[in-house]
Amino acid sequence: MTSLKEIIETLNLETVSSVSADGRSVMAGYASDLLSCAMKGAGKDYVWVTLQSHLNVVAVASLSNLAGVIITEGNRPDPETIGRADKEGVVLMVTPKATFTVVGELTRLGVRGEP
Amino acid sequence: MAQVPKFTKIQELIYELPIERVMKKGVIRVSPETTMTELKEVLRVNRISGVPVMEGERLAGVISIEDLIKALVEGDVEAPVRKRMTTRLITVRENESVVEAVKKFTQYKVGRLLVVDEQGRLTGILTGGDITRGLLGAISLDYHAEEISRYRAKHIFEDIVSDQTSLILRYKVDAKDFKKGGTASSKIKRALDRLGGVPEVIRRVAISAYEAEMNLIIHTDHGGELIAELQPEVIRIMAIDQGPGIPDVDQAMSPGFSTAPNWIRELGFGAGMGLMNIKKCADAMTLESTVGVGTRMEIVIYLHPESRQEQASEKQKDGEPS
Repeated sequence: MTSLKEIIETLNLETVSSVSADGRSVMAGYASDLLSCAMKGAGKDYVWVTLQSHLNVVAVASLSNLAGVIITEGNRPDPETIGRADKEGVVLMVTPKATFTVVGELTRLGVRGEP
Repeated sequence: MAQVPKFTKIQELIYELPIERVMKKGVIRVSPETTMTELKEVLRVNRISGVPVMEGERLAGVISIEDLIKALVEGDVEAPVRKRMTTRLITVRENESVVEAVKKFTQYKVGRLLVVDEQGRLTGILTGGDITRGLLGAISLDYHAEEISRYRAKHIFEDIVSDQTSLILRYKVDAKDFKKGGTASSKIKRALDRLGGVPEVIRRVAISAYEAEMNLIIHTDHGGELIAELQPEVIRIMAIDQGPGIPDVDQAMSPGFSTAPNWIRELGFGAGMGLMNIKKCADAMTLESTVGVGTRMEIVIYLHPESRQEQASEKQKDGEPS
């Protein structure tokens, strides 16, 4: 089990929502840009890697109780999305790196596709 | 957008709790003429580390175990407290919030604060330990309040008796309003959480409700309604709209089939997995649609894994395929 804090530090991610990552553990990871697939494939305490950055990302993350969402390729959520993430307690992180790179780095940290 | 500051429960309590709720009352006191040897006994018997020094009703100083140790080292144990006490009095008012005390502890680096009322009369004494104990007590009270409210919600179906009780949650879902996507399903999920649902079941309800809600947003002409009917054993989720209707329901149900236009696919929707997801999560699902009239989807999920089995075995008894 890897802590979300360690992931943020090692991957040099920028957190954009003001929800604290302290004490959150990441059980596994999932990557896809299709929301229905993320709904199905990611569960409680997963970290989800996607280049989508709109409001529905927060809805999926909150409904599935994800540990956090890493938004890739320099996409940034708008203030409304960030506001919703704050309200729903979703940790949103951004990085200029591509999804492939992020998943590779997560794997090196011991995050697997299944808990 | 302005960032709303986030407070932890502890921070909130530090601001909310008045000092009088956490301070020690019935303060043990000594007079200026008490000797250091007598003080030692007062501290030992009461197991405390310091006391206020009172001259009648007037606060004259504070004397602590540190002062006593210094006196012992210097062999000055017969001295009156008056000679060795601290006269720098750091006080807080009893009706101030605990945060004021925390500030003073940090600012003056003292072990205890004297608590006074509006007239400046000593009413109590406050140490760091008192604050910790007070906060822990307040948290557990809050926790109990939350537990009780959860308990009540959980037992709502036992409290309210009828031949068939159900709780109906209705949500209006607007077409193409992606910004509100997931709001209705989040609320249904929260309601189930509140009612003490099993996490695995809540997850299946959340996924089905979300996909049904998104279908109303993505595909309908004028939106529709998402209705969750909660009964003690089962939740029935209905998504109803007035068009355009699905020409070929079987085709719509096949994985990967999607009619979503490109701009919607770019948002990450329209993978053609929505109905599949629902089917996988539901214990039963029906989809009826007439082009030009509308679509009605009904999803049934049993709330307790046991009742699902009972239902299945009853069906077998009736000779129906399960």
